[in-house]
Amino acid sequence: MDLNALINDPNFLPWLIPVGPLLAFLIITLLTNRSKLIPATSEEYGGHHPDYDGMSVPVVTTRSRIVSITVGLSGIIAAWLISWQVVARATSLAHLGEEVFHSAVVWMNTGVSTFNMGVLVDPLTVPLLFMVPFACLMIFIYSIGYMAHDPRQSRFFSLIALFAGAMLTLVVADNLLLLFVGWEIMGLCSFMLIGFWFEKPSAYKAAIKAFTTTRVADVIMLLGIAYLYASTGTLSFREIMYNPAPGAEIVAVEGGSEAIVSEAEGEEGAIVEGEHEGEEGEEGYSSVHAETLAERLANTPALLIPGMSAASLIGIFLIIGTIGKSAQFPLHVWLPDAMEGPTPVSAMIHAAAMVSAGVYAVIRMYPLFAAGGDPHHGIFTPPLLVMAVVGAFTAIFAATIAVTQNDVKKVLAYSTISQLGFMVAALGIGGFVAAAFHLITHAFFKALLFMASGAVIHGMEHGEHHVHAHGHDEAEEHSHDSHGATVVTSHAHDAHDAHDEHGHAHDDHGHEEHAPHFDPQDMRNMGGLRKTMPVTFITFLIGGLSLAGFPLITAGFWSKDEILAEAWAGTTHGYGPHALVFVLLAIAAFLTAFYTMRQIGMTFWGEARTEEAKHANLGRGIVSFTMTLPLVLLSFFAITAGFIGVPSDFPLFGAIFSPEYNAFHHLVGAALIAESPAVPFNIFPVLVSFAVALGGIGLGYLMYWRKPLQAGEVDPLVSILGPVYPVLQNKYYFDELYTALFVKPSQWFAKNVAYEFIDRGVIDGFLHLLARVFTWIGDFLKVMNLWLIDGVGDGIPELMAKSGISFRRLQSGRVQTYMLLLAIAALVIALVFALSTGVLQAAP
Amino acid sequence: MVPLWMYLLVAAAMFSIGVYGVLARRNAVAILMSVELMLSAVNINLIAFWRYMAPENMAGQAFAAFVFVVAAAEAAVGLAIIISIYRSRRSVVVEDVNLLKG
Amino acid sequence: MLELNAQTIAFFVFALFSLAGAVGVVSSKNLIHGALYLIVSLFGGAGFFVLLSAPFMAVVQVLVYIGAIAILIIFAVMLTRSMTNMTELFNRQWWMSGIVGILLFVLLTIGVILPVWGENGINPSQPVSDNVATTEDLGVALVDGNQYVLPFQVASLLLTAAMIGAIVLARDTDTE
Repeated sequence: MDLNALINDPNFLPWLIPVGPLLAFLIITLLTNRSKLIPATSEEYGGHHPDYDGMSVPVVTTRSRIVSITVGLSGIIAAWLISWQVVARATSLAHLGEEVFHSAVVWMNTGVSTFNMGVLVDPLTVPLLFMVPFACLMIFIYSIGYMAHDPRQSRFFSLIALFAGAMLTLVVADNLLLLFVGWEIMGLCSFMLIGFWFEKPSAYKAAIKAFTTTRVADVIMLLGIAYLYASTGTLSFREIMYNPAPGAEIVAVEGGSEAIVSEAEGEEGAIVEGEHEGEEGEEGYSSVHAETLAERLANTPALLIPGMSAASLIGIFLIIGTIGKSAQFPLHVWLPDAMEGPTPVSAMIHAAAMVSAGVYAVIRMYPLFAAGGDPHHGIFTPPLLVMAVVGAFTAIFAATIAVTQNDVKKVLAYSTISQLGFMVAALGIGGFVAAAFHLITHAFFKALLFMASGAVIHGMEHGEHHVHAHGHDEAEEHSHDSHGATVVTSHAHDAHDAHDEHGHAHDDHGHEEHAPHFDPQDMRNMGGLRKTMPVTFITFLIGGLSLAGFPLITAGFWSKDEILAEAWAGTTHGYGPHALVFVLLAIAAFLTAFYTMRQIGMTFWGEARTEEAKHANLGRGIVSFTMTLPLVLLSFFAITAGFIGVPSDFPLFGAIFSPEYNAFHHLVGAALIAESPAVPFNIFPVLVSFAVALGGIGLGYLMYWRKPLQAGEVDPLVSILGPVYPVLQNKYYFDELYTALFVKPSQWFAKNVAYEFIDRGVIDGFLHLLARVFTWIGDFLKVMNLWLIDGVGDGIPELMAKSGISFRRLQSGRVQTYMLLLAIAALVIALVFALSTGVLQAAP
Repeated sequence: MVPLWMYLLVAAAMFSIGVYGVLARRNAVAILMSVELMLSAVNINLIAFWRYMAPENMAGQAFAAFVFVVAAAEAAVGLAIIISIYRSRRSVVVEDVNLLKG
Repeated sequence: MLELNAQTIAFFVFALFSLAGAVGVVSSKNLIHGALYLIVSLFGGAGFFVLLSAPFMAVVQVLVYIGAIAILIIFAVMLTRSMTNMTELFNRQWWMSGIVGILLFVLLTIGVILPVWGENGINPSQPVSDNVATTEDLGVALVDGNQYVLPFQVASLLLTAAMIGAIVLARDTDTE
């Protein structure tokens, strides 16, 4: 094997992309995660989880920590470098859509067909490959500082590496099964990372919630995958959605000219003729291509459900998977609770990796959903309808909740749910490229926002400890500036930070007198942080503006605008779903801008509302550096990432950034066999975008920046919203609903039926019965043993002894006795002899 | 002459009485005397047969002579043994000589 | 069939001597009496020998048996005197011995004697011939190389051994 050729072969390179992080995971887990045992009450552990008092707990050794960090970082850097190399190669190709980078190995020969596993880099993969490794790398660097004093830091890095590896596997997968593998591994990692601080009950409960909720969705998705495989015999993306189906005829989509050509063969060149012959020259398109498996499935009726095609049913199942994984309504409940995990995890899960995976999956399978329909012409298939409705509803639903949240991370969590709703809704109305675009830009600014919020919380905790130290021990040195000075500081509070992320109910230094316990994440305790944490403020602001869609200069604007443009284009044609999406998303965008400004205002603007906020800062040193560097880098992308997707007919900006064509659209759109043309420029959605963004920002500014909240002052929203406020703040009581509907019955069932009845009653009863039977048999055999065997075994010697004793009496030692016996014997013999020979007649 | 069988009868009777004496008497000397009885009965038997069946042949008498010899030897040795036993245990009750008792 | 002549009467007399003497031997408590009864019985035996034309045997019987052995027995009785009268006559198995004796006699009689030489068998009420060998013939037979010289020598050896044995056994080890 020519190594050089292999390395330079773009078909082979994608294999190497997940290898780095996965290998890092293995190495860290198996080799470098050494720890030493210390008592649970010691400072190094953060020592106040009462459940663990008196036990010894493992704490990672310093050397292991450094090695693990190095290994993990190397893994992700390797993945990053290779993926950017692949991206560079891919974008240099003119027809990536047809000449994808593909490499597969035979995985399983089922006799009926051959199942292959491989990697695929097609136009959709490219932006993901650009974003994911970079975001993961930023999160890695951030975690170095954030988790600096955590006693289980090595484990964290190994899990993050696995997470990144799984996401990359999913991204480069060429078939649905490999995608699902990555999907599930990420589910596991999210479980382990959300419950990373497993000493806290809230953390592990959140982990279980996340896992079980997504599991429900995953099972249904697996059903969909199985159904797909059963119908088509393959799970490879290309084979289902791009390549001609076996024995396919030429199908013209949208009634273009039907050219009679021979059956298309082979993988490439599925597009036979005619690229963008528009019916009306605008949105319509048609291309003549060989029927793909997806289209064939759209014409086969589904099992069990009349009136639906197989493609639709499969599509709905797969969408349910995304509903779970990307936290859409009604399976959104796990995402806010997932904030229990460390902030880098939140960033990873909710920005870069997990939820993106859900959206990526549906974007990937879009041709299957759209098969048989044409959303650009108002023909909706059931999956598309489901996506549009669910996405739009989720967007506005989550936005309304986010408005009332007081925890800085919860706001972002609901914001994520809302933005994912945007993407799903966009996909539902046919905005394939728009959804992908928003996915990429959202990843950048959301990761930025999460990490910035983590920095805020970190700073607040420093302030909290400053206050404690100050308030109770005047003699104590105020070494605040050296907080987090070095990675290996073992200050009591630093060890804390790792644990107290969530303002958990404890007052660590034994200062029990602090009656209302201080929540460093509650925005009402913040304020004025722009003075003490300027870098964080600026980056947070940039990210927030991008999220809000500040016109023209932020990435979020361009992606959101494209979605609205798509929706508007359909609305003008009178398509119902498009209109619904447009209206709901516009309102949601307004709310997004509003709550973002509210968040920034409450956190950074005005004056500090508490003592802790007054002293909140990150300090100087490696910790703060590793935390702020990613913020800066990501904020760069939060601004500029949008410019690759500017529509070419946009006034002024189009000419600057997309002179020939919309670069992003051109690239990603080529992933589809039937390219969807970009919507022509219409001023109305742009105006709407402007309006909602500026309107929301303005309202937020008015309410929270002009008159910043003072200490003790109640949020003005409370009075404005009145009775609605508690409903929103309690998330429409969905958690309570699910608890009553699902959790409590399951627990009841588990306890009473499964445990009491089946496990203890039936199984244990059966086992006890068996035990009794066997004990009885054993006793019986014991008796038999004693009786028979011992009887025989003891009896024979006894018999022998007794007979011996009896025979002994013969040996009387008396000669006359012997002689008598002799005489008798002789007589008897003589008698017998006499009788037998007839000498003596019987009766003489 | 008397039929042979009468002699034989007498000899048998003497022999049986001798057997009885050997088996039933306690005194060793008495047992020895019974043994002499038996031997004498055998002699009578022998001579009777000789006289009636083969008088020319000397075998009968020779045999009887040897029986005499053996009887004498045996009586001498037996009595010596009895004397010897008597010396050590002061008793000639045969039943008491039961060292072989097991 | 039995003539009543002097031989027959003599036979019965001698038979009486023998059997009575025998009974007396086995049933006499006093051993001297027993020895005397033995002598009587042996006399009867000698008488039989005379009747059976074996005078040498008769004389030997009297000389050896009575004269030597019986006397020897009397000596032994006298030497073992002290305990002879204290014990019981018969031992524990006398009844069994009685049965055996009777059975033996009955068996011999009915099984052997009578069938073979009795009324229905060979019944030589008369000897085969009257050509009786003499004592001289006996003497010749005992030293004749073709006849019984070897047993004769062995018998003498036996006597020598017995003599020596008896002396050794009965020797008084205290006086040396």
